[in-house]
Amino acid sequence: MSNLMKVSSNPHIRSKVTTSSIMSAVVIALLPATCFGIYNFGLHALLLILVTVASTVLSELIYEKAMKQKVTIKDLSAVVTGLLLALNLPPKAPLWIGVIGGAFAIIVVKMLFGGLGQNFMNPALGARCFLLISFTSIMTNFDCDAYTGATPLASIKMGESVNVLNMVIGKTAGTIGETSVIAIIIGACFLIMVGAIDLRVPGSYIVTFVVFLILFSGHGLDGSYISAELSGGGLMLGAFFMATDYVTRPITKNGQYLFGILLGILTGIFRIFGASAEGVSYAIIIGNLLVPLIEKITYPKAFGKGGERA
Amino acid sequence: MAKFTFVGGIHPYDGKDLSKDKPIKEILPKGDLYYPLSQHIGAPATAIVAKGDHVLTGQKIADATGFVSAPIYATVSGTVKGIEPHRIAVGDTVNCIVIQNDGLYEEVNYEAIENLSDISKEEILNRIREAGVVGMGGAGFPTHVKLSPKEPDKIEYVIVNCAECEPYLTSDYRRMLEEPEKLIQGLKASLRLFDNAKGVLAVEDNKPDCIALLKKLTKEEPDISVAALKTKYPQGSERQLIYAVTGRAINSTMLPADAGCVVNNVDTVVAIYNAVMLGRPLMQRIVTVTGDAINDPRNFAVRVGTIYEELIEEAGGFKTEPEKIVSGGPMMGFALFDTNVPVTKTSSALLCMTKDEVAAYEPSACINCGMCVEACPGRIIPSRLADYAEHGDMEQFEAHNGMECCECGCCSFVCPAKRQLTQSIKSMRKMVLAERKKK
Repeated sequence: MSNLMKVSSNPHIRSKVTTSSIMSAVVIALLPATCFGIYNFGLHALLLILVTVASTVLSELIYEKAMKQKVTIKDLSAVVTGLLLALNLPPKAPLWIGVIGGAFAIIVVKMLFGGLGQNFMNPALGARCFLLISFTSIMTNFDCDAYTGATPLASIKMGESVNVLNMVIGKTAGTIGETSVIAIIIGACFLIMVGAIDLRVPGSYIVTFVVFLILFSGHGLDGSYISAELSGGGLMLGAFFMATDYVTRPITKNGQYLFGILLGILTGIFRIFGASAEGVSYAIIIGNLLVPLIEKITYPKAFGKGGERA
Repeated sequence: MAKFTFVGGIHPYDGKDLSKDKPIKEILPKGDLYYPLSQHIGAPATAIVAKGDHVLTGQKIADATGFVSAPIYATVSGTVKGIEPHRIAVGDTVNCIVIQNDGLYEEVNYEAIENLSDISKEEILNRIREAGVVGMGGAGFPTHVKLSPKEPDKIEYVIVNCAECEPYLTSDYRRMLEEPEKLIQGLKASLRLFDNAKGVLAVEDNKPDCIALLKKLTKEEPDISVAALKTKYPQGSERQLIYAVTGRAINSTMLPADAGCVVNNVDTVVAIYNAVMLGRPLMQRIVTVTGDAINDPRNFAVRVGTIYEELIEEAGGFKTEPEKIVSGGPMMGFALFDTNVPVTKTSSALLCMTKDEVAAYEPSACINCGMCVEACPGRIIPSRLADYAEHGDMEQFEAHNGMECCECGCCSFVCPAKRQLTQSIKSMRKMVLAERKKK
């Protein structure tokens, strides 16, 4: 026969979901928080977001060109990293912070470890922590036109009262994307609906954190205190968008629960016993480092070996 | 304990509408027929005819070589042209008996029986073995071996796999609708072998008409029930099916008999009926010829040995040039180089696709999303196992349950990075099995 058919191993059909379609879903899911951040903090926030995203995408492009690797910016993962990093920056941070942060996230945290799928730490959070340590005063200055003074969490830490309703809506000081609980939850619901994430990590994270607060915060079952702690300090953004990062959370089901529990405990320790009012970023990157161990102890049982019910 | 489903699995586009309403049509071969000596798991059959011999329809042309083997029968009358290597669907070239069809269909006489109770258990098994019945769902495991477990009294369920979970396939569906009596008779014949067993017809719930029909026909049968299973691929995978029906789980080192089960697919049970009641050897099977490249998707009753090309002609040829042709379903079938290969006892379908989705995507880096883990019915971690396989790490592969893979293809189907997970794992499993044989 003259024209031979294409052959390949089974299966011969593929689902329509691709890496870039998942990444676009994450970008879409981040839009409510992004838009609210721009609305809340103004034009500079928009510029900062654009510059940071441009920095991550260009860093990936330049790195891959320089290393003569296949260019992978079309998978949109760099866009997600840039957007997440930007949402974790103070609204009045100078633009060069976004440029440096974006380059650090992509080149140091992601590409040097082998690119997409190989990094052991969330690039956006790795870069945020790098910026926090290097440019502490810029990164902890949340003064802007709309709000002056401390973030709600810092106020709580100093024993002042906060307006929980404003925190849920997002009308408080904070990083660009972390303030509005409503906007973040809308995006998270979208991601859950399209099947991109599930509640294992965020659910166990949040529940554990609440339990930790009840036991160790000294406030007991104080509802408004707990709601304020949940709404502030990027916990929601972290739990739904950064702790769920595929690459840096365990792939095993039980490992995901364990990972969430660990994050809840770490966040509680950092917030209650630490010097800073916040702790989500550090909790997640420390959790990231423990993922290989978590996976090792939670490797699933196979079907017929006890794993059929899981 | 029936759960009617299992954990994991996928819901691909099922394509069954193309051919599900087309009644089975018998077609007769036009050209030469090719009978591969190995159409089953186990030792290849030994040819007992030589070039120039005249054979009749239903005459044995190759005999079983040992217990785990199966004889092969001529499906037309004509002259043996020779025994020569020919390509088969899985891609290998194997020795085939070639018969030139004289178009007369002169047939041998078969020894039919009136009542099942007229013959002994041994005779039932013997008739099945002599008829060359093998698992017609795809694996081709000799059926008499399956039906001869060490302790027949411990078999509690004889399950007929009517799931037909592979997309596009409608051959079992048509068989159930058109010849349900044969199916039930075949099941009864199998049940005769096991004193403590009940029969279960396990059908996916996307075939409500079959479920209703089989329920109606087995109303008076206390030992036979119909189980409606959740529609999900791979519901018809043996281990998942046993779990769905009985709640018992077996791993790769165990046999269905270890869970007190014997599982046979629809066409196989009909072949058992033909063998036991009519004394007819396995000569024919239903093949669904379908896909978006085919003019007139159909279900054909085809004589084993017929060349696939003839089926394509019978189905009106190609509507558009196919990019890929698969023997079997899209999840576990074999892609064909060309269509000059014969229908064997295990050919369930010929799927002609205008687009090859595999070639349309380029594999990229794993993002650790875990979709393969969610989909895997074997409850293993395909992405990691594929890594071990690609690095040739046999030890880690086995330590992480790599041998528990049933090669169903769910992981490759869902993978957003379009990695060839199943392929990597499959190759490694072959290497491990080869290594074990050496020891």
